[in-house]
Amino acid sequence: MSAPHLQLQALSHHYGTRHTFVEVSFSLAKGQIACLLGPSGCGKTTALRCIAGFEQVSSGEIFLAGNLVSSADYVMPAQERKIGMVFQDYALFPHLNIAKNIGFGLHQWPSKQREQRIAEMIEIVGLGGLAQSYPHQLSGGQQQRVALARALAPQPELLLLDEPFSNLDVELRERLGEEVRSILKQQGSTAIMVTHDQHEAFAIADHIGLLHEGRIQQWDSAYHLYHEPHNRFVADFIGEGVFVQGRVVAEQQIAFELGQVHAEIPMGRKIGDNVQILIRPDDIIHDDASLVLATITGKTFRGAQFLYSLRLADGSNVLSLVPSHHNHALGEKIGIRLEIDHVVAFA
Amino acid sequence: MRWRSASFLISLVTIIPLLVVLASFLQPQPEVWQHLLQYVLPDLLSNTAWLLLGVSIGSTFLGVSLAWLVAVCEFPGRRFFSWALMLPLALPAYVSAFAIIGLFDYTGPIQTLLRSFFGEQAGLPSVRSRGGVIVVLCLALYPYLFLLARNAFATQGRRALEVGQSLGLGPWRGFYKVALPMARPWLFGGLLLVLMETLADFGTVSVFNYDTFTTAIYKAWFGMFNMAAAAQLSSLLVMLVLALALFEQLLQRNRRYYPTGGARLPRYQLSRPRAIAASCYAGAVLALAFVLPVGQLIVWSYSVFATDFDARYPSFVWHSVLLSSLAALLVVISAFILNSTLRRTHDWPTKIATRFASLGYAIPGTVLAVGIYIPVAWLDQQMLALFGNSTGGNFLRGTLLVMLLAYLARFLAAGFNPIESAMLRITRSQEEAAQSMGYQGWAMFRHLHWGMLRGSMFSAALLVFVDVMKEMPITLMTRPFGWDTLAVRVFEMTSEGQWDRAALPALALVLVGLLPVIVLSKQTQTD
Repeated sequence: MSAPHLQLQALSHHYGTRHTFVEVSFSLAKGQIACLLGPSGCGKTTALRCIAGFEQVSSGEIFLAGNLVSSADYVMPAQERKIGMVFQDYALFPHLNIAKNIGFGLHQWPSKQREQRIAEMIEIVGLGGLAQSYPHQLSGGQQQRVALARALAPQPELLLLDEPFSNLDVELRERLGEEVRSILKQQGSTAIMVTHDQHEAFAIADHIGLLHEGRIQQWDSAYHLYHEPHNRFVADFIGEGVFVQGRVVAEQQIAFELGQVHAEIPMGRKIGDNVQILIRPDDIIHDDASLVLATITGKTFRGAQFLYSLRLADGSNVLSLVPSHHNHALGEKIGIRLEIDHVVAFA
Repeated sequence: MRWRSASFLISLVTIIPLLVVLASFLQPQPEVWQHLLQYVLPDLLSNTAWLLLGVSIGSTFLGVSLAWLVAVCEFPGRRFFSWALMLPLALPAYVSAFAIIGLFDYTGPIQTLLRSFFGEQAGLPSVRSRGGVIVVLCLALYPYLFLLARNAFATQGRRALEVGQSLGLGPWRGFYKVALPMARPWLFGGLLLVLMETLADFGTVSVFNYDTFTTAIYKAWFGMFNMAAAAQLSSLLVMLVLALALFEQLLQRNRRYYPTGGARLPRYQLSRPRAIAASCYAGAVLALAFVLPVGQLIVWSYSVFATDFDARYPSFVWHSVLLSSLAALLVVISAFILNSTLRRTHDWPTKIATRFASLGYAIPGTVLAVGIYIPVAWLDQQMLALFGNSTGGNFLRGTLLVMLLAYLARFLAAGFNPIESAMLRITRSQEEAAQSMGYQGWAMFRHLHWGMLRGSMFSAALLVFVDVMKEMPITLMTRPFGWDTLAVRVFEMTSEGQWDRAALPALALVLVGLLPVIVLSKQTQTD
């Protein structure tokens, strides 16, 4: 792998005595899209602002394209970093039309190239015909595209997106998410997005860093975050699922109410010990032929599926996703079966 | 740091006169006080108290009732009255004062008309009375309350009425129990503005020969050349006014708009006789407060135009325009500096200095004139000692600079508020966006701030321009000798009782005054 385009080394930041994040390290290759994911107040936006140059770090370093841009005693001013940013509120300029908003960062380009680049960006984000409109005449989704086009126009070394979809409705959010990813990939941009919404992160990012209490809990692909969470917080935050008590019965074998499964035994646990295993809703299949019965204690209609909360014979609870033509009443007992080859266990 | 120093300098322009005036209260001169207590204060206090009482009751009644009709009810001409009732803002109170005296005096057209119909006994109570001053000030000042109350009722009045109805209250009780209490912060704010304007009024009370603090200060200054008495009276007035101003600033914090969720609620449909009564009422107020006085001014101007309009007029107009433009420019620049400083620094000395600087709107012009004249005279003496008597000892006294400083102190708030609210609309993320695209310093101001602020800067400048043009006491008391403006001309003619010859400059002031009212009515236009 070539030298990383962006590198954070043991970066920490605090306001007064309160730490916002501690020893955050990761690196990103050119053209990759990363996402800092986490609940609100986890320090992700501050991390982004440190990278942008709006906040000073208290220790650690940031390197961009091989150059030091931030350390405890050095801050390269934001205007010199060539980092584009899409703000949560878009921060469009109300007194300028769309073309001028997009061209705002091209003030040093020769005018002919500037016009070309503006036209190109308008085309790329699909706002043809709106060049002369003003921001307040546009819908939320269109404003979002203008913000993206404006940030990308000067061909920044790095693009930062701060909760870019939080002001849009759910449906639009998903569509725009895919669109943004394809635009970024097409432009070959290196980007970091911050969000609290895992679906957004899954839709856009190559790498996701899950932040909690100022620390990166896991830096991984979406698939691995879901299937191989490193700790209970990650397991809890990503996807749905419940923890069920199981018992180590053999090397890499854990038994629980519904059967025996393959799993890495957590450190320090030996045969005969109790452990917690993570059961996802897609691990439990509804099967009328099954002899294992569970009582329905809750149900949520999800369109194509029902999400049932089930109580097992030993009193433990699991979730199950069931095709929605299986409409059962609360309190009813239904047959279930385990379809799983590997689970994650925690001490 | 440069921003902060500039801001402190600007706030000194208000703080120094205030301190000078207040300091004179702390060093009372017994013989002056003896005279004031015996001959002057009893009348002044009772006159002022009656004026404040009458104007609060009258302008509240007019402002609130008209605002309620226009914002919540439906009657013929509502749309028209909704903006037309703000027109009196263009008419300086001292102008409508002499126009109304002219109209309603014993020899005026109205009483003459009454006598020709009903015989010699028919007549109205004398207009040159305490009642007359109160009525004129109510008609001139109700728009402040009308404007604030209309906005409050428009955003929450119809909803309040529906809430009242859902709780079983009829429209009248809904108004008293729900809408009025909800609008109270705005109404009190508007009332305090009206009271401050009343205390600061100089032109109207001098037209009526009704002695208040402002006329007494002027007389002590020019009639008796008694600076000490003027300063003592000023200190009393300023304490009265500062109490009101502090109260007003406290109230401002309670003012929040509760949007009605964008839904256009139906208006309350008045029954036919009531709707007609509403139109007549609004029409009568508009006629008395604007149409008739302006009509009278036009008639007078027409009658004297041939003899009175001469070569002096261009110089009156030029002086007025020059002063007003310079003051507007000075105020807008200062207001921008103060606002920018507040945006950058958050320490309390800066905040307090800015608060004080924008407190000048509360200080009557007569007081400011006294408070600025005293330190300027002192400076002149120091310079006389230093440089000798080469210019007759007047270095600063009687220069435009002193006038402009006084205007700056008085009208800074008028420019500060619109620029402040425009600056609040520039978000930190917009500045950061510009920064991340390579802008900083002057380039950032030119491309971001100027573009977003110039509209508000223009309306701020316009407001100040008109205020300065109408301003009377500061202009009278600090102008260079022989430097006459339109307002000075109005004062000189009215003080000789030559109403018709005052009409022409007054009409010019009204025409200029219409500009910001038009802008204002466009900005606040509701459905």
